[in-house]
Amino acid sequence: MSGPVAVARRLGRIVSDGVWRFGFAARFLVMLLAHSGQSLMRLHLTVREIYFSGVLSLLIIVVSGLFVGMVLGLQGYETLQRFGSGDALGVLVALSLVRELGPVVAGLLFASRAGSAVTAEIGLMKATEQLDAMDMMAVNPIARVVAPRFWGGVISMPLLAAIFSAMGVLGGWLIGVVFIGVDEGAFWSQMQAAVDFREDVVNGVIKSVVFGVAVSLIAVFEGYDCTPTAEGVSRAITRTIVSSALAILALDFVLTSFMFRGVS
Amino acid sequence: MARFIGVGSLLVSVAVGEAPVALRDVRFAYGEREILKGVDLSVQRGQVVAILGGSGCGKTTLLRLIGGHLRAGSGKVEVSGHDMAVLRRGELYELRRRMGMLFQFGALFTDLTVFENVAFPLREHTDLPPELVHDLVLMKLHAVGLRGAEHLRTAELSGGMARRVALARTVALDPMLILYDEPFAGLDPISLGVIGQLIRRLNDALGASSIVVTHDVHESMAIVDYIYFVSDGRIVAEGTPEQIRASEDPFVCQFVNARADGPVPFHYPAPPYAESLFGRGAA
Repeated sequence: MSGPVAVARRLGRIVSDGVWRFGFAARFLVMLLAHSGQSLMRLHLTVREIYFSGVLSLLIIVVSGLFVGMVLGLQGYETLQRFGSGDALGVLVALSLVRELGPVVAGLLFASRAGSAVTAEIGLMKATEQLDAMDMMAVNPIARVVAPRFWGGVISMPLLAAIFSAMGVLGGWLIGVVFIGVDEGAFWSQMQAAVDFREDVVNGVIKSVVFGVAVSLIAVFEGYDCTPTAEGVSRAITRTIVSSALAILALDFVLTSFMFRGVS
Repeated sequence: MARFIGVGSLLVSVAVGEAPVALRDVRFAYGEREILKGVDLSVQRGQVVAILGGSGCGKTTLLRLIGGHLRAGSGKVEVSGHDMAVLRRGELYELRRRMGMLFQFGALFTDLTVFENVAFPLREHTDLPPELVHDLVLMKLHAVGLRGAEHLRTAELSGGMARRVALARTVALDPMLILYDEPFAGLDPISLGVIGQLIRRLNDALGASSIVVTHDVHESMAIVDYIYFVSDGRIVAEGTPEQIRASEDPFVCQFVNARADGPVPFHYPAPPYAESLFGRGAA
């Protein structure tokens, strides 16, 4: 077969596979939502997943948030003091975290820590026929396994992003106020005056909820759809982390362009 | 004519005198690869039936068609009088509550203990009080000789023990049809004999019907009522164990006596050996 034809055929296959997979993911989401009732009625299933996805991710979120805030404190003060605005450090740290870094970095960490674990768990259940066994026992695996993990992730993500932002502000305070000597009153009062609850905090929470839905959906879908072999599960985990990161960054741009356009 | 019997909180209709499983001219293909090429078989109530055949001949596919995991390309798969091709998911689940399937490697839930694994179907499908679930689980585990292992994690079980726990879970809801996928694979001689006898005893105690997919001829001949031989997607021989032992069919003789030469080639289709080793010039 000639070169261009082979390339065109391969390209066509990649595109058609992509479209098919996207359609399957959309159908999967509909099934997931349709079978989410059990996650709400048997709340302990979802609470268990909040523990695995949320509580067990706390350490990495707290430590990362603290360091990101400390770096913001150092870098921010370095730049602000050139313009004689070192007292505005609190504003810079808080707005950076609440609007952007909190949801985005927490989302990336959540995808790496909890998303990959969810994909691995569901993928291994598939590879070892546990999902088939459940289905054979007339227990729907989407309702019993997938939906609780999805909702566990959706609920955990905004909470983790909030904790990340809080720890970041603490890190910024530690560097700015404790070590550099920025006035503490100016640090907190300027932050309080500049951060708007609806424009900044609520929009940040909306972002983290959207990222939570995206990462959780990608994680459960990749696990459920993986080839049931060791290599298949490994590839699915990689896809979860890469796709989640791309989805978070792309969605962040879209959401930011709608939320903060023209806001002073 | 149908009679109604209670299974847990369910009332299910069972056609009296109807074969629990009947396959008529069933064909199935994965893409363009044809796996089953017109299979007819039936299982009567109370029978333990073996489906024997070499690896990759379509045995497990048959089991998955009967369990409703796959749909036949053509032909009819009937379970308890229901055509599996037209069942909706809810109806299929209703039917599956009366079926049990033992998977080849047990498929135990790795995040649960032995006790929780066996209790799983009871907790999902019944509203029994915890004390009664506890007693039922211990009865099932006792039947497979693992009452003392109730607190173990699945990672702490040997292959044979995991298979026995899976068997206890399979029969937790007292199914009317039990499907076994390679129950003897990879077992030591003691476990093999124990599992074989358990399959027979459980079937008789429950008044159920069982289908055992295996390639272990001698173990299955000791416990089953009827045998189907599958080769190349077709039933090539069938009969009672006595008929099979007396058979002079070349396929049956090769399979029962484990001969390398016969209708079933040992080697997967390949070019001549010398050609593969030394290149085309050597052929």
